Amino acid sequence: MHLLRLSLPVMFGYLPLGMAFGVLFVTELGLDWYWAVAFSLIVFAGSAQFLSVGLIANHAGLFEVFVAVFLLNSRHIFYGLTLLSSLKLKGWRKAYMVFALTDETFSLITGLPKESGLQQQDYWRLAGINQSYWVFGTLIGALLGAQLTLPDLGLEIVLPALFVVLAVEQYRTHRAAGLMVIAGLIGLMAMWLWQDQMLLLSISSALILMLINYVRQRWTSHSI
Amino acid sequence: MDQSLYLVGFILFAALATVATRAMPFLFLAKHRHHPILDYLGRYLPPVLMMLLVVYAVSDLPMANQQWSISVGSLIVVAVTQWLSKNALLSIALGSVIYMILI
Repeated sequence: MHLLRLSLPVMFGYLPLGMAFGVLFVTELGLDWYWAVAFSLIVFAGSAQFLSVGLIANHAGLFEVFVAVFLLNSRHIFYGLTLLSSLKLKGWRKAYMVFALTDETFSLITGLPKESGLQQQDYWRLAGINQSYWVFGTLIGALLGAQLTLPDLGLEIVLPALFVVLAVEQYRTHRAAGLMVIAGLIGLMAMWLWQDQMLLLSISSALILMLINYVRQRWTSHSI
Repeated sequence: MDQSLYLVGFILFAALATVATRAMPFLFLAKHRHHPILDYLGRYLPPVLMMLLVVYAVSDLPMANQQWSISVGSLIVVAVTQWLSKNALLSIALGSVIYMILI
């Protein structure tokens, strides 16, 4: 119950987005519903799945598919990097956790404060709950397909709001105001320079700056 | 049949590419898990990533005309509510309702 409550904001994001993917997939491609569901079960990467609709329509080569999806998802490398020293899960639980490490799941497991009582053993369950929202949304969207027009409630606000909440919690924990302001500026600049690859550009720039800062700190602390 | 084969291959390659990005650090950097630089990144990368995700997600919201003030305003309500209440659902619900009414 506790985990369901924590994952509720993700549900409001994933259900409509999964439905949108399902609808788009069957209407654009004219394929059976189960192909859409297979994508959400096996690929499970939001933006890459939307891109896939275009790639399938163009009958893209599989190597091209690999490169495009890899580049689009390359920000996930940094999520793994972050969890490397802290993730204690073993075996298939760890394997599933890594497989299902989306933006939202990563944000939840690294962003929730201690008081939320989230344990390592809950991580993969939370990932599973989140994926089930995504798969369920896809299933509904793909089954209803063309007959469905999603009501425009303004649900697009929910995921940004979730990220804002998690950013506030990150600030509460680390008090790294300067770092976060700089990150925000880097984000805006990347948005302005290269909107299509904003996350990749901004994450790699931020990472390079952090590495320089780390080396600089080590250097000064050693020389004193 | 031909089409099915293509789709199976497609799903396989897309899944492999996705898993590759998510698993790469675990496969290649696991030995260096306790290196101080990874501790540093593990601690400070999440707040940085979270800010970048905020900017990324905000850019999907309507910004034309005066809509940006509604988008940004509701998110400020979310941030302030969260800071004061520490209740994620309350903050998200309050900001979302304001957004949905005004937009």
